[in-house]
Amino acid sequence: MTLEKLGTVPLYSIGDRVRVRDAAPLGHIRTPFYIRGHAGVVERICGAFPNPEELAQQRDGLPAQPLYRVRFRQQDVWPGYRGNPADVIELEIFQHWIEA
Amino acid sequence: MIERGHHDMGGLPAGKVRRSEHAYDDWELRVDALMMLLIGVVGESRRMTVDELRKNVEALAPADYDKMGYYDRWVISLTQTMIQRGVITTDELARKLEQVRGLSPISRRKRTRRR
Repeated sequence: MTLEKLGTVPLYSIGDRVRVRDAAPLGHIRTPFYIRGHAGVVERICGAFPNPEELAQQRDGLPAQPLYRVRFRQQDVWPGYRGNPADVIELEIFQHWIEA
Repeated sequence: MIERGHHDMGGLPAGKVRRSEHAYDDWELRVDALMMLLIGVVGESRRMTVDELRKNVEALAPADYDKMGYYDRWVISLTQTMIQRGVITTDELARKLEQVRGLSPISRRKRTRRR
């Protein structure tokens, strides 16, 4: 599915520095606890998909939400990380969980 | 507030990962096949989404979640979903469980998954 076809315009571009919202709503959540509140860089735009948080509640999840692969530095995510400082972790995060 | 769901355990201590090949019971393969049909990966009629499966897995009591296997969680969750969607009723399920209780158990022969 192309983004244009779905009428969904991504707010962020490859290379943008973004932060994952630090939220704890109820319901089905696709954003892991450990990454909330952390900042990373958009590595790619994966497309747009119906919102799984809505699909989980028997709704259609539209409009589709852009999905980004975001790259984080491991040492930013894990306190006291002792691996290579260049190590990264990438997660796919839906747009409504992202702020600039 | 619930800050972190019990299932959302990324980054918590978890011990060693077992790297051995898994074998599956026949009932587990059936649950997998049932799920493929219900979410419409196979066949024409979609009865639920994988997101509902996840929601109801995450709704398991932590103690149950920890002691259940992967397909135990699936079969409980997809059954909850069928009740929520009105495909079956709690009463129908109860009567069916009573009916099959005492029948000879299905084959529990181990099988290696081919995928």
